[in-house]
Amino acid sequence: MEILLVILVLVLLSIALWQLTKIFDLTQVGDKDDSQVANDGDNNTQGYLMFGFLAFIYIFTIYGLIKWGPLVLHTSASKHGETVDNLMNITWVLIFLVQAITQVLVHYFSFKYRGKKGNKALFFADSNRLEVIWSGIPAVVLALLIGYGLYAWVDIMFVDENEDTIEIELYAQQFNWTARYSGTDNVLGKANVRLIEGVNTLGVDLADPNAQDDIVVKELHIPIGKKIHFKIRSQDVLHSAFFPHFRAQMNCVPGMVTEFAFEPVYTTDEYRAMPFMVEKVKNINALRVAKSKILVTNGQAALDPYTFDFLLLCNKICGASHYNMQMKVIVDTPEDFKKWLSDKPTIVQEVKTANASKPVEGGLGADSIKAKDTAAIAKVVMK
Amino acid sequence: MSAEVQEHTHEHEHHHKDTFITKYIFSIDHKMIAKQYLITGIVMGVVGVVMSMLFRMQLAWPEESFKIFNVLLGDKWAPNGVMANDIYLALVTIHGTIMVFFVLTAGLSGTFSNLLIPLQIGARDMASGFLNMISYWLFFLSSVIMLSSLFVEAGPANAGWTIYPPLSALPQAISGSGAGMTLWLVSMAIFIAASLMGSLNYIVTVINLRTKGMSMTRLPLTIWAFFVTAIIGVISFPVLLSAALLLIFDRSFGTSFFLSDIYIAGEVLHYQGGSPVLFEHLFWFLGHPEVYIIILPALGITSEIIATNSRKPIFGYRAMIMSILAIAFLSTIVWGHHMFISGMNPFLGSVFTFTTLLIAIPSAVKAFNYITTLWKGNLQLNPAMLFSIGLVSTFITGGLTGIILGDSTLDINVHDTYFVVAHFHLVMGISALYGMFAGIYHWFPKMFGRMLNKNLGYVHFWVTAVCAYGVFFPMHFIGLAGLPRRYYTNTNFPLFDDLQNVNVLITTFALIGGIFQLVFLYNFFSSIFYGKKAVQNPWKSNTLEWTAPVEHIHGNWPGEIPEVHRWPYDYSNPAHEEDFVPQNVPMKDGEEVLHH
Repeated sequence: MEILLVILVLVLLSIALWQLTKIFDLTQVGDKDDSQVANDGDNNTQGYLMFGFLAFIYIFTIYGLIKWGPLVLHTSASKHGETVDNLMNITWVLIFLVQAITQVLVHYFSFKYRGKKGNKALFFADSNRLEVIWSGIPAVVLALLIGYGLYAWVDIMFVDENEDTIEIELYAQQFNWTARYSGTDNVLGKANVRLIEGVNTLGVDLADPNAQDDIVVKELHIPIGKKIHFKIRSQDVLHSAFFPHFRAQMNCVPGMVTEFAFEPVYTTDEYRAMPFMVEKVKNINALRVAKSKILVTNGQAALDPYTFDFLLLCNKICGASHYNMQMKVIVDTPEDFKKWLSDKPTIVQEVKTANASKPVEGGLGADSIKAKDTAAIAKVVMK
Repeated sequence: MSAEVQEHTHEHEHHHKDTFITKYIFSIDHKMIAKQYLITGIVMGVVGVVMSMLFRMQLAWPEESFKIFNVLLGDKWAPNGVMANDIYLALVTIHGTIMVFFVLTAGLSGTFSNLLIPLQIGARDMASGFLNMISYWLFFLSSVIMLSSLFVEAGPANAGWTIYPPLSALPQAISGSGAGMTLWLVSMAIFIAASLMGSLNYIVTVINLRTKGMSMTRLPLTIWAFFVTAIIGVISFPVLLSAALLLIFDRSFGTSFFLSDIYIAGEVLHYQGGSPVLFEHLFWFLGHPEVYIIILPALGITSEIIATNSRKPIFGYRAMIMSILAIAFLSTIVWGHHMFISGMNPFLGSVFTFTTLLIAIPSAVKAFNYITTLWKGNLQLNPAMLFSIGLVSTFITGGLTGIILGDSTLDINVHDTYFVVAHFHLVMGISALYGMFAGIYHWFPKMFGRMLNKNLGYVHFWVTAVCAYGVFFPMHFIGLAGLPRRYYTNTNFPLFDDLQNVNVLITTFALIGGIFQLVFLYNFFSSIFYGKKAVQNPWKSNTLEWTAPVEHIHGNWPGEIPEVHRWPYDYSNPAHEEDFVPQNVPMKDGEEVLHH
């Protein structure tokens, strides 16, 4: 309906413009002015349209803020995210202020000083004082923004080695995510794509003592109130680990390990219960019900009702199915987190089980993996 | 050809017998080459815009079937009229490539640098007409190769216009990284050669061939912008060429410049020791200056048009030059702001935040100088003037969100979302397009000796202006909602279901805006043949190109080249009766220079 209205308005607008054009053409026949250079009549009309356009920008902005404002990401679910949002809000106030003033000046001047035969413009070529003012003020304001921004950046990006964190590996491949928990020693075992074999899809070096307690899972659980230190890898192309609700993002680069750390401050349940989220989920479900009705009448299955979950998305073009590379993220209480993790088998156990069930294919124990590793390295050296 | 012209060409021995081929095809005349650039640019622009309309339809109505998809993309890419996901990415990729390089670099800079540099500095032609001709034909060749890549079996390049490896290097990773990507790289390598030849020519011409009296501080701001743009191009384009060549090596000869530790399609590849981050550095070392290569000529064109149509000197002529130089310098040391979260050392992120936000200062100076130029002017609201004012408006709206993206801390969460798409389309896409349109409306009489219809121009401007805001303003919101760009559809995330209506609105504006460009195309092509005949100086402008006859002649001016006695912005000079004083008018006795 809304779209129909927009189309209608624009169609009417274009008809109006077309008619105006014709009227101008007709009126100008009398003046014998077909020079195609703007005359006083044009300046007048276009001046008023400039003023109208100013109104359009303002109305559209206000309409947008009311209508689409609620769609944007709300409360940050991570600790550092509060600083990011704070800086963002300060920047927005500034942007709106400058935008509001300058757009008025541009369009109002275009209206106010629309040309008239016989008028002469003011010869005003330069003023060093004005130039100093409008390079000086932005310089000072930007210095403050840069100061705050860099303070926050350093705080977010540099993880203190001595800090008490939980180390988790995020592993990206076309087109899914895997997580590896570092286990009780909180140190991830070494890994390399050259060691990928069977169920060891991450190429974990099973001979590495640190790898013995590593756990590989397809669903990311993290505990509230503790900093999570992500070590990020990719096995094929660039990906980007994007956690919009946690204000966290880092690219996954084949051949290197990148990192990002954040501390969740709401559990999934707490975040779901927040009023803005209840409202958002309600809206989304209303839309889904409406869409389901159409689907059902076409003989297709209805959509499932939506419950909110934190998500990890891929945010760097990574192939044809880039648009569907996601992983559910669940923030637990520390107790729940411990419980969830406690019954997960380690990667070493998984490999053993897999080998036991397929004894014919030969042992793929730690030793043979290591042998393969050496062979792979030798191959590289030879190149 | 008039008798006068015959006489002139005889005198100067510039004249060769013009055949159809030497006049219209392999021409070495800068004015003809400018027109060739423009028309090639417009053709490429139509392709780029149609592509954007197609993928906007896909985004608004995913899974819907459209006959037009099937007609344009064929059974392979749009079976039953439903767009396939890899062709969606191809459309996005080629749209970006075409608009950035073929339309807004070659179409904009190529057209107006060629047309205006000799005419505005008072030169008979470019320093090397022959190099200029080769430059155009290489550009033409690269356009043909780029378009032909649309027809290869596995589809055109679809790794994004930034072609980051390993995606762009491995045909196993995405369909377009086979022959399509090879053609893309070859096309771009040729394009860069064309661009370098053009740029070197512009630089040499501006330095060496200025007429008597045309000191650097009497150059119109257009020429300053083209001159500085050419310098940036010469500095940065070769770096992209090197990146493209190294990528060709990785793809075809098994080297590992950008690749390492890759396991794909069930096997480990041999690559070891390279880094995709290196490619990102090389790419953005051009990629960022590239946006200034696009926007500076547009700003130069607007400076000229706003001054002429305000009947006022451009405010702060020297400050404008200084800000062009400052932007040019800074543009080469900010590329890292595209890579805050690429995995490079966060300390570098701090440095790039600092340099990036510094660019806001010269940009603010330019915006305020434009506004002050409008103040107390006698504005002649010609279509060119409307597009110039529109540029100031979108340059501010788009530029302001740059403060968010340039700040590494804030970039974390908006990086690669639709917020970025909204930002750069407004600040360099739409703004530069407005600059290009402004230039076309303003210099059409100079190019074709006829006038464009102003009323069609007005319709074109207003619909475009409303649609441009209609498309890109709501896009900020869906970006802030966390929606990543380059998603074929967002239906796989119920989280984003409430953004779908916004997408439909955006697409509606995009389709209307796109279709209304037909008004421009009609106006442009019909006016070449049927437009009203132009007078010599229709806009009562001061610069030298309007002292040349309407009829195009080799060598531009019959007889002597005009001598320059004043700066180009003596509009409404109180010492003169008329509200404009062309640059070749000598100073009156006792007339003082009224500007600094």
